[in-house]
Amino acid sequence: MITARQWLYVGGALAVLAIGVGLYAGGVFDYFGRQAYSERKMAALKSAPPDAAASTPRPPNDLAGDPPRAELTAPAAKAGASVAFRPPPETEMPAGEFGDVIRRGREIFIDTPRAAPAYVGNSLRCVSCHLDAGRLADSSPLWAAFVSYPAYRSKTKSVTTFQQRLQGCFEYSMNGRAPPLGAPELVALESYAYWLASGAPLDPKIAGRGYPALAPPAQTADFARGEKVYAQHCALCHGADGAGQHTQNRYAVFPALWGSDSFNWGAGMGRISNAAAFVKANMPLGLPGTLTDQQAWDVALYMNSHERPQDPRYTGNVQGTRHDFHATEDSMYGREVAGKVLGASGAPKPFKPLKESRP
Amino acid sequence: MIAGWRVFGLGLGLMLSASCHADGAAIAKTGAGAALACQTCHGPAGEGMAQAGFPRLAGLGARYLSRQLDAFADGTRVNDVMMPIAKALSAADRAAVSAYYAALPVPTAVLPTAPASAPPAAPVSASVGATLATRGRWADKLPACEQCHGPGGRGVGPDFPALAGQSATYLSNQLTAWKTGARPPGPMGLMAVVSKQLSEAEVRAVADHYASLPAKAAR
Repeated sequence: MITARQWLYVGGALAVLAIGVGLYAGGVFDYFGRQAYSERKMAALKSAPPDAAASTPRPPNDLAGDPPRAELTAPAAKAGASVAFRPPPETEMPAGEFGDVIRRGREIFIDTPRAAPAYVGNSLRCVSCHLDAGRLADSSPLWAAFVSYPAYRSKTKSVTTFQQRLQGCFEYSMNGRAPPLGAPELVALESYAYWLASGAPLDPKIAGRGYPALAPPAQTADFARGEKVYAQHCALCHGADGAGQHTQNRYAVFPALWGSDSFNWGAGMGRISNAAAFVKANMPLGLPGTLTDQQAWDVALYMNSHERPQDPRYTGNVQGTRHDFHATEDSMYGREVAGKVLGASGAPKPFKPLKESRP
Repeated sequence: MIAGWRVFGLGLGLMLSASCHADGAAIAKTGAGAALACQTCHGPAGEGMAQAGFPRLAGLGARYLSRQLDAFADGTRVNDVMMPIAKALSAADRAAVSAYYAALPVPTAVLPTAPASAPPAAPVSASVGATLATRGRWADKLPACEQCHGPGGRGVGPDFPALAGQSATYLSNQLTAWKTGARPPGPMGLMAVVSKQLSEAEVRAVADHYASLPAKAAR
């Protein structure tokens, strides 16, 4: 015979249990689980030193399959100092229908998965790599890209228009699929870029474009040193496992640097020299310029020595794909790290748009 | 009757296995030794006390909270009220009570408090605060608050606490404490660097901005 009071005891205990389960489901314990996982993974990496440590990322080059250097970096530019162009202040955005499309472009730029869900396969946002809504010099600003196209690209072996260049961002950096030319998303982004470039000369060598190229590292870039730099200067925000940090609605406050939610192997940020230049000029947020060139090279090699989604240009096997698109020491694709060949993840996964990404 | 005790035992067992915040809850509600109950100043739901500048604790990251208690205990974070309380708690107590508050739900009823300085809708102040909060000042490489504290200042992960749901008094006191070194600079020294780039007027503007935001997302 169970009395009412006894039911009360059970009810109370079950309520506490339910709260505990709720907390668990809510991800309160995720962080600890993830940390344990990544510690195991790091230990595995340590026990088998990768051949990455023995390799030298080549200084900027134009080997087959590489993004042309002029597109990614402005070799002549010194960070910040010589940049004359300033995009117009946002208060000067025009009113009316054109202004609406420009604002739509900015919205896509700063909250890409939510504003262009049909074409985005990860939780990165354009602004993850192009800081200050694409305005910031030496952070691959949108205004400098706008005045640099059409241009011949060795990546596509053809003359590429600005919209076609944006298609590449969706396909590689956003690990998604290219919006068709003339799609409202591309028109909005192009309009925003056009407006940001108001008054800029049509000049692919405009100061502030890309990320300022770094001189080749004094010491060969090294995985183990990079791992230490990462733990000390990057992991607080991007997580020990490189997965970034998100709100409960999958909005990436800190973007994933590798793994399934990051850019794929075809993205420009997968090039060690490009990542090093970005890191040196812009990271850590709020503390730019605090890493040495050597630390930037080491940590860029470390970041790009982890697995990430397959290159959409995958030819059917890793070495063939490396030969066709990654034939440079600037890419870790197809090379062995900790006993595993990077990129050996099979055919690209079918595109799946994110279900939820709200701030 | 025996069946009754069995049922009670089952209930108690479930309770013990599911609850790991027992110590923390006790410290929060009744205190420990010389340490006052936290809720005396931080409210029964950990919602804080805006007028006095006592911060909301509910739903902030456990690691963030225990780092603060440790800093009060070792004197690196200077605060006349909190230093003796934190010193009276053992390291285990500090961890337990941090975990307790981290697990409390974000207060839904935190009302936006009246800004410490300007009247609520002062347009210039509001726009300076909102701009710093959401866009930063990149001409000086100053990131927006929300680039680390999350959209709406609702906090991210164990190290970046929520700003929304805190009072303007508390927020401006903290930014000032970082500027003067009365509060340790935090992980990677980020807050010391950031706060020193803000003028006094900007500190007030950004504090007023976050004090006016809801602690929880609208949806």
